[in-house]
Amino acid sequence: MDVRISNISFSYGEAPILRDLSCTFSHGRFHAILGPNGSGKTTLLDIISGFTSPDNGEIRLGTSGLGTMSRRTAAQTMALVSQNYAVNFPFTVYEVVLMGRHPYVDRFSHPTRQDRDLAVNAMSITGITHLKDRKITELSGGEKQRCIFARALCQDTPVLLLDEAFSNMDINHTLHLLALLKKEVVSREKTVIAVLHDLNLAASWSDTLVFLKDGAIKARGNTADVFTEQNIQTVFNVDAKVEFNEYAQARQAYFKAS
Amino acid sequence: MSRGSNMKRMERRAFTRTGPVTLAFILVLAAMILISLSMGFLSIPVQEIFHILLAKITGGLSTSHPMADTYATIIYDVRLPRILTCAAVGAALSISGVLFQGILLNPLADPYTLGVSAGAAFGASIAILLNLSATFVSVPLFAFIGACATLFFVVFLSYSPRRNAGGLSSNNLILSGIIVAAILSAGISFLKFIANEQVSVIIFWLMGSFASKTWANFWIVLVFLALGVMISLYYARDLNLISLGDRSASSLGVNLKQVTLILLVTGSMLAAVCVSISGIIGFVGLLVPHMVRFVTGPDNRKLIPISLLAGAVLLLGADTITRAVLPHEIPIGILTALTGGPVFCWIFRRSRMR
Repeated sequence: MDVRISNISFSYGEAPILRDLSCTFSHGRFHAILGPNGSGKTTLLDIISGFTSPDNGEIRLGTSGLGTMSRRTAAQTMALVSQNYAVNFPFTVYEVVLMGRHPYVDRFSHPTRQDRDLAVNAMSITGITHLKDRKITELSGGEKQRCIFARALCQDTPVLLLDEAFSNMDINHTLHLLALLKKEVVSREKTVIAVLHDLNLAASWSDTLVFLKDGAIKARGNTADVFTEQNIQTVFNVDAKVEFNEYAQARQAYFKAS
Repeated sequence: MSRGSNMKRMERRAFTRTGPVTLAFILVLAAMILISLSMGFLSIPVQEIFHILLAKITGGLSTSHPMADTYATIIYDVRLPRILTCAAVGAALSISGVLFQGILLNPLADPYTLGVSAGAAFGASIAILLNLSATFVSVPLFAFIGACATLFFVVFLSYSPRRNAGGLSSNNLILSGIIVAAILSAGISFLKFIANEQVSVIIFWLMGSFASKTWANFWIVLVFLALGVMISLYYARDLNLISLGDRSASSLGVNLKQVTLILLVTGSMLAAVCVSISGIIGFVGLLVPHMVRFVTGPDNRKLIPISLLAGAVLLLGADTITRAVLPHEIPIGILTALTGGPVFCWIFRRSRMR
């Protein structure tokens, strides 16, 4: 399902956060959003997910506008892995993952066998089955993120939004989950929109890049075309050398300590 | 072991765990009511209590006990309304605590976090000061109005219409609640200062009591309690998601703003009616959900019904102690704070040590 945003603007008081953004995130592709701190990445995801309403503009999921959808329908279409996941209540990992089925289970009825199987499967492919009965409050940051990741997969939506979903994860789990996402994108035509901090991970795994700075899109296109020294310099104000790396089989950026 | 049977075992374990607990609490509550009915200045044999309660239902008093009529009057006009009001208030405060803890994402929140108690106390103080209680039933009414006005002001302060879902964030609510409560308690101090001889009435009212509660009090609390329980159970699953954070609840299909507002009003109404009827009784709404969570886990679908029963048992126990065990009746609010406070310190310390 394509996600299309048109003429999105948003500001806190006088300070504009997003200025007239328009962009289409097409299905069957992994889109990465890159940009410096405060460039409006999280706000953009908040607006796409419907958590925040924009001042102007429209979000369309496939053919229907987000504003006309019920929250439940939206939750059956889009899942979000947010950053800074602080939990104060000791739900078990299994309970949290099963909450991904919330949009599908009617009030007062119980999760079906299929719902439970989906939760078990999501735990298994994200490698957290052994944590099933542990309390989420007792997990490490990375384990918690994998748990929320599993919940988003369990939600089984055509669109996945990730807000620095790998920030606390070790490299092994990061690569494992990125490969998993890539598989979902290719085999099930999912749309992944991920805010990432690591430029080289984005360069290796994404199909499309969006460079965001001061609330505006500075560059956008196929990763191979827009992952350039020029764009990195413009957006992040750092000098970088970008070249194709045989081992990673992707363009990678190198930075000099200065 | 296959995956399916493993899952089924997990489900069953969760189910069988709450069934007996609910039943046990219902039995304990029933026993508690009976014991409490029999205890007091005049102790009444449990056997006679059965006769009298049965007589109320069937119509004729069929006991030959010489004191039967006196007993019937004491039970029906004095002890039963007090006991039932007390149990209902305990239940309502606990449910209110569950709701506030879930909405404010904080297991340490309580029904008074948003200043509802201060608002009620301010309203009641005005009514007492103006001596309106002589004319009609205005102290509880004023307390209720004060509590509601406070709630709406706090929500108004923390509400930001611009943001779609985060409009009523827990931080904003807690901050607004603290500010408003601080202003109101200064107001209460001022009222006490100018109150002269009524100051003791105000102080006593604030400390909370179930003495001389009537059937009318009980029915009022019960109506609010029934409504509150229905609404909370209806939204119990949404509350689970809300308690895990606003973004995640929103992305899982919860209509965050609407559900938060409904549950906030529900919790505050429960607290407001309790405070209006029986004064400020602290720690029940904080402690009961906290302790029940050790048994049921954080799932609100289990937490709400069990907290309701546990709260009723606990507050009735406390009230029976102050009414029938202690040589002098001390205000229930003081008793719950003096016993609940240390228990809470212990729980809190223990959870820090782990």
